[in-house]
Amino acid sequence: MHIDTSKEMHTISIFVRNEPGVLVRVALVFSRRGYNIESLVVSPGTSEEFSRMTITCSGEACTLEQIILQLAKLVDVVHAIDHTNTNYTETEVALIKIRAPLDQRTAILQIAEHYKAKVVDYAPESLVLRLHGESAKLDYCVDLLAQYEILELVRSGKILMARGVDPT
Amino acid sequence: MSENSQTGGQALVHALEREGVEAIFGYQGGAAMPIFDALHDSNIKLVVVRHEQGATHMADGYARATGKPGVVLVTSGPGATNTVTGLLTSLMDSVPVIVLCGQTITSMLGKDAFQEADVTGITHAVTKHNYLIKDANSIPRIMKEAFHIATTGRPGPVLLDIPKNITQGECTAAPLSEITLPGYNVPGRAITEDLQAAAKLINKSRRPVFMVGHGAVLSGAGEAIVRLAKKAGVPVVNTLLGKGAVSETHEFNLGMVGMHGTGYANKAVENCDLIMAIGSRWDDRIVGNIEAFCPDAAKLHIDIDRAEFNKVIQPDVCLAGDARLVIEDLIPLVDPLDTAAWLKDCSSYKKMYALKYQKQGGLRAQYVLDRLDKIGGQDCIITTDVGQHQMWAAQFLRTTKNRHWISSGGAGTMGFGFPAAIGSALGTGISSWAIVGDGGFQMTLCELATAAELGVPVKILVINNHFLGMIRQWQELFFDNRLTAAPLPGNPDFVKLAAAYGVKGWNIKRMADVDKVLQQAMDYNDGPCIVNAEVVQEDNVYPMIPAGAPYSEILLEAPKTKLAKPTGST
Ligand SMILES: Cc1ncc(C[n+]2csc(CCOP(=O)(O)OP(=O)(O)O)c2C)c(N)n1
Repeated sequence: MHIDTSKEMHTISIFVRNEPGVLVRVALVFSRRGYNIESLVVSPGTSEEFSRMTITCSGEACTLEQIILQLAKLVDVVHAIDHTNTNYTETEVALIKIRAPLDQRTAILQIAEHYKAKVVDYAPESLVLRLHGESAKLDYCVDLLAQYEILELVRSGKILMARGVDPT
Repeated sequence: MSENSQTGGQALVHALEREGVEAIFGYQGGAAMPIFDALHDSNIKLVVVRHEQGATHMADGYARATGKPGVVLVTSGPGATNTVTGLLTSLMDSVPVIVLCGQTITSMLGKDAFQEADVTGITHAVTKHNYLIKDANSIPRIMKEAFHIATTGRPGPVLLDIPKNITQGECTAAPLSEITLPGYNVPGRAITEDLQAAAKLINKSRRPVFMVGHGAVLSGAGEAIVRLAKKAGVPVVNTLLGKGAVSETHEFNLGMVGMHGTGYANKAVENCDLIMAIGSRWDDRIVGNIEAFCPDAAKLHIDIDRAEFNKVIQPDVCLAGDARLVIEDLIPLVDPLDTAAWLKDCSSYKKMYALKYQKQGGLRAQYVLDRLDKIGGQDCIITTDVGQHQMWAAQFLRTTKNRHWISSGGAGTMGFGFPAAIGSALGTGISSWAIVGDGGFQMTLCELATAAELGVPVKILVINNHFLGMIRQWQELFFDNRLTAAPLPGNPDFVKLAAAYGVKGWNIKRMADVDKVLQQAMDYNDGPCIVNAEVVQEDNVYPMIPAGAPYSEILLEAPKTKLAKPTGST
């Protein structure tokens, strides 16, 4: 995952009506303004009428203010909140397929253990690790494993929830 | 099909009737035939256009003139894509329009069926909202939602894409009395703190200006604005689309502001210490150079669309709400201000920077429009196309009544003016003058047939300079007069062309004929007519603030030195 560090990263939570086309509408708000979506998670809400989108994206703060207002304006969006600099708890899951010849296996498993990653596939030439936690933790672990041969990497994208009774 | 059930097409038409729709602008096609068929049994007037783009502009003109939503009915594929320019036009200028499109049958969606296009996909960016209807029983709900969304808050176009098996299928759902749209909230009144903060700034001001935009027209805020302006002693300027909210003959009104606004309106904005935008979104044709725009003035922004706040300008106070309600709530909070000196300055600007044009060297467009203003233009609806004639019309045709000025501002759509006049004349019965250029008129002049068929009181005034005049002006000013793709040597004889449609016409070539011909056209009451004014070919619109330039760089007349290429958007 390439992250452009010259711009700020933001995490936005959007509560939407579960209508066809809502994903396109949301994506268009970003793309029209040249805003890059880094990750996007869509999941069912508490009732099937609604869905939740968690988006991490990068770009200038003033453009983001416009994006939040334009998202909120969409008929199918119930609310859109920028959680940057707010108090929230977050998590992300990664699946990492790594080539693990016998002479590297122990070292890889040590890293996995340190990060509390679970081995979910133990194959002759490879391992699949499942890792969860804050996105930054996942970044560190992936960086460490990169000295070996990562065959595939799948990350779920960040999800978050506001702490206390504040809405997400 | 059971006794009290109906087809989807009938359900659509019944929903239109419940919404009080009186006219539809439509064009036939396979996928839309069941809807047209259902219209056969309805009292709704079906206006058959000659091109779907014309239908959208007619619906737009109808909506702007009447305040009621304009409705369009077209077929799938090319029928639907021909509405895209009209949708953009309505979206940019916040006009309530409903476009119903036929679509291929649901089982063929996404399979490149004949005349299939991903119409919701194509129109996401040019509608306020759109729907693909996949269940005939959702028609009553979706129609109610569509009209609600199109007409409330900041109005805008809503498109419904309706597969043929849905319109042919059975709808048993009853009309709904209520809809729930949890993500759609429309602000009404501004909150007290914002009103008080705004009033505090206004009460401190000694050189205030109110800038009246289209939002004021849409909400009917004019009368309230006049009351506030009179009470506080504040001059008013209007944007291109704000013309008519406050009469331009009112002593407080300085006319149009912005790129081709009057010198005096622009001077007032340049020198003010407070500017309040009332239903205007600080368009780049108004603001010019953002950093240099009234840098020391307090800025207030009234808008029903919160997404307009802090978009271009960072105002000191933003008031979210309906322009009329916000102004009404401000009136008791605002004191009579000490603006006597400022009002005096403004009236001296009026004299110093009065609009002017050459009267020698042939027939001038400005003269024709000036005369139209004097001989009854103010009692008519004025629609315009896009270009030099539009700006001259905005300058010289003073608008005195709300919804009597109809022009494509945000999109600047050539081809808009004439069909919009058909819509406004049909909707109101009021004579509508379409002021068009010889370029733009040719984009939609096939609707001469529609106008003739309807017999509507549309009076077309072609400001014929045999050029894409506004392009030629920019080439002269910014491209060393290298005229590429600007001359129009192939123009037809517009009067003869109109005659072929059975439309009465006159030519004007000399100043001496202007009043006589305009009066004849004004008095003509046997359907549409056309006046072709052969004007000076190479004339330029002034005042002009080059795109992106600060107000201080306003050109009140032709510049003596070469200009740099403008940096502003377009
Ligand atoms: C559909 C469309 N195409 C192109 C333009 C760009 N454009 C703006 S003004 C103009 C010239 C208009 O010429 P004409 O209609 O003859 O009016 P005039 O400026 O001469 O009064 C053009 C080409 C536009 N606004 N709309």
